[in-house]
Amino acid sequence: MNVFTRLNGEIMVLAQQNIDTDQIIPARFLTTTSFEGLGDHLFADWRRDASGQEKPECVLNQPRARHSPILVAGRNFGCGSSREHAPHALLDFGFRVVISSEIADIFSNNCQNVGLLPIVLPEDQHRHLMGLDGQEITVDLVTRSIFVCGSHDNDVRFEFEIDGFARRCLLQGMDRLDFLLAEEKAIKAHECVLEART
Amino acid sequence: MPQPKTLYDRLWDAHLVRAESGDTPAVMYIDLHLVHEVTSPQGFDMLRKRKLAVRRPDRTVATMDHSTPTLPADENGRLPYATDQAEKQVEYLRENCAEFGIKLHDFDSGNRGIVHVIGPELGATQPGMTIVCGDSHTSTHGAFGALAFGIGSTEVAYVLATQCVLQRKAKNMRITVNGELPKGSSAKDLALHIINRLGVNGGTGHVIEYSGSAIRALDMESRMTLCNMAIEAGTRAGMVAPDNITIEYLRGREMAPKGDDFEAKARQWLALVSDESAVFDQEIEIDASNVLPTITYGTNPGMSIPIQGIVPESMSATAKRALDYMAIDVGKSLSGRRVDVVFIGSCTNGRISDLRVAAEILRNRRVADNVRMLVVPGSEAVRKQAETEGLHEIFLKAGAEWRLPGCSMCIAMNGDIVAPGKTAVSTSNRNFEGRQGAGARTMLASPATAAACAVAGVVTDPRSFGVSREVA
Ligand code: SF4
Repeated sequence: MNVFTRLNGEIMVLAQQNIDTDQIIPARFLTTTSFEGLGDHLFADWRRDASGQEKPECVLNQPRARHSPILVAGRNFGCGSSREHAPHALLDFGFRVVISSEIADIFSNNCQNVGLLPIVLPEDQHRHLMGLDGQEITVDLVTRSIFVCGSHDNDVRFEFEIDGFARRCLLQGMDRLDFLLAEEKAIKAHECVLEART
Repeated sequence: MPQPKTLYDRLWDAHLVRAESGDTPAVMYIDLHLVHEVTSPQGFDMLRKRKLAVRRPDRTVATMDHSTPTLPADENGRLPYATDQAEKQVEYLRENCAEFGIKLHDFDSGNRGIVHVIGPELGATQPGMTIVCGDSHTSTHGAFGALAFGIGSTEVAYVLATQCVLQRKAKNMRITVNGELPKGSSAKDLALHIINRLGVNGGTGHVIEYSGSAIRALDMESRMTLCNMAIEAGTRAGMVAPDNITIEYLRGREMAPKGDDFEAKARQWLALVSDESAVFDQEIEIDASNVLPTITYGTNPGMSIPIQGIVPESMSATAKRALDYMAIDVGKSLSGRRVDVVFIGSCTNGRISDLRVAAEILRNRRVADNVRMLVVPGSEAVRKQAETEGLHEIFLKAGAEWRLPGCSMCIAMNGDIVAPGKTAVSTSNRNFEGRQGAGARTMLASPATAAACAVAGVVTDPRSFGVSREVA
């Protein structure tokens, strides 16, 4: 799994609320049996018209999109389908962090499992970042903080909350499967009780 | 005195392999793992890479539904897959199931179907279980008083290898629905009504328990419709406490216990309730008599109105974009809007009771000339039952297409798509942009409404077809 500690980079803002995973990657790209190269299909129907031509008005087609590692999206990002292809597509496209005022449950789990950092901020802080499209910020998982360098002495710094285990996994690249496999004895014990009951 | 528990608390406690702490999430045991072709290949690959076996093949049930054609095989026995890749994906599931010893409900099994339709049909879904699947509509199984939720492909690998997931406990929400649904309204209308009330993120971080007299009055298929759409309000899971309706549904099913074992189990299942003094983090009350036939007008399942209602104005850019995509004007009713496609099917409304409602409306009527209507049974069992009852003849005579089971136009992965700019009235669960095909416009509704729209060729109130409570 990807290790994440600290990152400097530009923000890309997608202000729309309730961006669902069908937008992030449409279902017709899900017949694949791997997670390779899904960045090509990221927001496919936003980025391309019916003939496959890129829509120049789509911000995701601007050159900066590919080197903006931080996606700031409207409330309730990642709702809908549980497809893990969605965080993989975001990662493959170049995003390493997604920030919103609310992130859907299953999507957030999937992000953590594939090494994409999901951050939920209170509304006012989220709104502040939504106004900073294209600006460079620092996301620091070690100190759980976001730092926005201002022009003079108006720097802004937010602390964010994140589940301690999720943070540890990302910081150390810790594998959850190893963690679960280490529970073998407890799992076995649970199964013994379960079989005895049936 | 022990702390009063909600049904969710009960199921949570009963499945803890390791309780959660500040540092670590809970390790939760999974009783039933449902597997389909789209979200499992990467999970199996992870196992292979690490040389791990499937821990409990006996607790794993697989089928293919998303990428599968709904048209029959040609004279050489070849199914018309939309793409080679789709066919390969299905083939890969076969290989994986064979290699890891998992029972696969394949085309020749006689009980293949949408994973959330066959789980209950087989009696694999049982009260008190924890159930997962790499699919968000796993919430469907909550209708049985099971804790059922969707997971990603990496978690599919965790469950295959360890039969466990890592979870943080969600909050408890209770939605109490009392009173009687009016004529012409169904569980689908109730589901849409609730999502509209909660909002598409109103349930985030919560598990919903549906209770009240109107829920008790629902049959199992209706409860499944309701729980199926719990995810559309952002909830982790939705559930209904088991009762005699649940027990009678399960009696005699293939994977359900038999004889005295069944009776013993049934007694345990009936104890799966929330204590009277249990406290919920959030309580919502709904009067069923206010639930009118409902239809969506926007691009998320929360954007709905009673079918005779007026599309509300909204200042939000997101709502404006949705209305623009749908080509819908605010301040007007949807009645009379042209419909191009009608889809009856999916894990929300592809069961026999849904097909009966649609057939009742289509009997001795014709699908309007401007409408293409697809009726796709949720499973082989549903298909057989419908054919025994002659429902397929009603559909065919009306001019609809009668297909083989699968997800079909709900997700449009298998070639069953709605063309760009066309409007579909669909009994499925998601009206997201492009869900039924790039540029397709989806309006979600009940089977009764969808069938009425098919006949009229425009958005129509099913009550104008004299739909009775019995068939709704
Ligand atoms: S019918 Fe639709 S919602 Fe249900 S499992 Fe299939 S694709 Fe998913």
